[in-house]
Amino acid sequence: MLSITDLHVAIGDKPILTGIDLEVKAGEVHAIMGPNGSGKSTLAYALAGHEHYKVTSGTTLYQGRDLTRLNPEERAREGLFLAFQYPIEIPGVSNIYLLKAALNAIRKHRGQAELDAMDFLSLVKEKMEWVSMEEDLLYRSVNEGFSGGEKKLNEVLQLTVLEPRLAILDETDSGLDIDALKVVAEAVNRLRSPERAFLIVTHYQRLLDYIIPDYVHVMIHGRIVKSGDSTLALELEKRGYAWIEQEAARGAKAGGGT
Amino acid sequence: MSGPAEKIRRLIKKKYPAGFVTDIEVDAVPPGLDEDIIRLISAKKNEPRFMLEWRLKAYRHWLTMHEPTWAQVQYDPIDYQDIVYYSAPAGQEARPKSLAEVDPRLLKTYEKLGIPLREQELLAGVAVDAVFDSVSIATTFKDKLSELGIIFCPFSEAVQAHPELVQKYLGTVVPYTDNFFATLNSAVFSDGSFVYVPPGVRCPMELSTYFRINAAKTGQFERTLIIAEEGAYVSYLEGCTAPMRDENQLHAAVVELIALKDSEIKYSTVQNWYPGDEEGRGGIYNFVTKRGACRGDHAKISWTQVETGSAITWKYPSCILEGDNSVGEFYSVALTNNYQQADTGTKMIHIGRNTRSTILSKGISAGHGQNSYRGLVKVLKGAMGARNYTRCDSLLLGDKCGAHTFPHIDVHNPTATVEHEATTSKIGDEQLFYCRQRGLSAEDAVSMIVNGFCKQVFNELPMEFAVEAQRLLSVSLEGAIG
Ligand SMILES: Nc1ncnc2c1ncn2[C@@H]1O[C@H](COP(=O)(O)OP(=O)(O)O)[C@@H](O)[C@H]1O
Ligand SMILES: [Mg+2]
Repeated sequence: MLSITDLHVAIGDKPILTGIDLEVKAGEVHAIMGPNGSGKSTLAYALAGHEHYKVTSGTTLYQGRDLTRLNPEERAREGLFLAFQYPIEIPGVSNIYLLKAALNAIRKHRGQAELDAMDFLSLVKEKMEWVSMEEDLLYRSVNEGFSGGEKKLNEVLQLTVLEPRLAILDETDSGLDIDALKVVAEAVNRLRSPERAFLIVTHYQRLLDYIIPDYVHVMIHGRIVKSGDSTLALELEKRGYAWIEQEAARGAKAGGGT
Repeated sequence: MSGPAEKIRRLIKKKYPAGFVTDIEVDAVPPGLDEDIIRLISAKKNEPRFMLEWRLKAYRHWLTMHEPTWAQVQYDPIDYQDIVYYSAPAGQEARPKSLAEVDPRLLKTYEKLGIPLREQELLAGVAVDAVFDSVSIATTFKDKLSELGIIFCPFSEAVQAHPELVQKYLGTVVPYTDNFFATLNSAVFSDGSFVYVPPGVRCPMELSTYFRINAAKTGQFERTLIIAEEGAYVSYLEGCTAPMRDENQLHAAVVELIALKDSEIKYSTVQNWYPGDEEGRGGIYNFVTKRGACRGDHAKISWTQVETGSAITWKYPSCILEGDNSVGEFYSVALTNNYQQADTGTKMIHIGRNTRSTILSKGISAGHGQNSYRGLVKVLKGAMGARNYTRCDSLLLGDKCGAHTFPHIDVHNPTATVEHEATTSKIGDEQLFYCRQRGLSAEDAVSMIVNGFCKQVFNELPMEFAVEAQRLLSVSLEGAIG
């Protein structure tokens, strides 16, 4: 589904990602962990096609196609979804209006008929139950005046309605209480399927108690320095990142291979 | 990524859709202005003596006046001797009695603009007066309206058929001495609409005038007068377009509204004059005076405007709230793209007791557009309990445009309440990216955000026109994203 080879990404002139390799197959859940500032969000934004994040070298194939040739909306319509670490407020545009426009843009791209207001509403009401969100949030302006937790749940609502093929969750768990965390995990687990893949960025192990990943990757200074199964997350929880940084530094001196 | 850049280039190239010229012979006066030209215009219209005298008084006063310079707009000096003050399609001098007599090229023009005039194609529930350059060429549903005693006709016809009404009300809200452009209009005005709704009558359909400037080098100086008698109600809408030309053209209109006791006038404008090209060449100078007077208790006047066209807009639809408990409203969306400039707002003059006014102004600037809100809320000594609420919101697209607000508040009664709120926001790259990440194109994202921003104003428009206004806004914003 997603095949990243030696990806370099810069913000302005500043190199941030310096050689990412990652292979995500349909049906898999990958967790990406790492200290603050290591480049996790940069990877998420670059995959979504944000213009400030310049791919300077490397290849990214998504469903066999060069991702850099698609603009952000084309990527979205092809089923790539990013749950933002900091969801954006859009005054004046109702949440439900954006959601409907998004779903219909994607359906249109897939050659499906657009949903009318009635069908859309019943779909959304069903998904609202998954994320146990207050209904009035649907009719408020997008993310405007939402609490931190409500913003995150709203991202998850969009995720459940849009049903992407590749979902990237950027620290969706940060700032959530334990009940909300469980809601997010449950929604993700319900959406797990052989056709769908997840890239879950988090820097706490906490979420991974509820979403058991197939792979865990550790990102430090713009590279994935260690990969493993779900037990790696537990080890990180116990030992922190310092030992991995040291290990990576030794490895780099020894010959640069990852 | 050549895709989006290419798309944006295509969008920019897209032409102003109403920019065509109708090829038709005209009966015009020579360019320039003097008393003879005014006599000629008056004679062509076969006007009664009082009308000519009023025009001449205005002209003589105009000679003593100076063009105002206080607005936040810039333009090269206008040569008033280079303007044609009267131009009419030839052969229409004797006003056509029926559509069968109207030149088919004119009907075709309005059809192309989406304003069908032929009986079988009429928009249900909307009566239209079509003004082409200096004359009205057709008015629909006139008979049906006259059964209710409602007069809806070209201004020039009202001067002939109802001189007593014209004489009684003309210039009572906007006197001929009012301001440079209104005074010029008083001297040379050619046509426009006249509406009279008798006591207790609710006008059953929207009345609308569609103004079209066609001839080159011609100014349009229309005059509209609307009178709602006691307990009457009328909703009126004006729309405007002009061909694309490289030189600027002047449009200096005057609108006067008179609302008597318990009556209501709702006046909506969807202004789409040619705005000039993306380099700022050409376009209409829209210098307009619009004012209404609530002359009786519980009268109400409501202005709604969607201003997307014109190179320069200079207009301040205002309400004089004389009657106790009378109400004035102003809802405005003004959009400036490319090099357009708008200086617009309102004046609410509270004279009667418990008079109320609401001002809601939404300015959108894109490209190099400059958008100013200018408003005056004045509460006179006797206006016990007067209330005003003003809200001005500005939305910026890009960083080369500007938004300015000049709210003036002048209160002479301690029991009055005046509230003012203002916000400025930007359509940020992050908002656009967020929407695009959800699958919307940049264009759709911008129009969604802009429409959201204007929603409260659009809600005030008659249904048929709210959709039109939304569409117009999207078209006017094309090329604004890049
Ligand atoms: N807009 C920006 N301009 C310059 N540097 C940035 C910008 N955004 C992020 N960075 C830098 O890029 C690095 C990676 O940031 P980020 O991807 O947000 O990390 P993470 O999500 O892992 O916390 C950090 O050093 C951060 O300071
Ligand atoms: Mg981050």
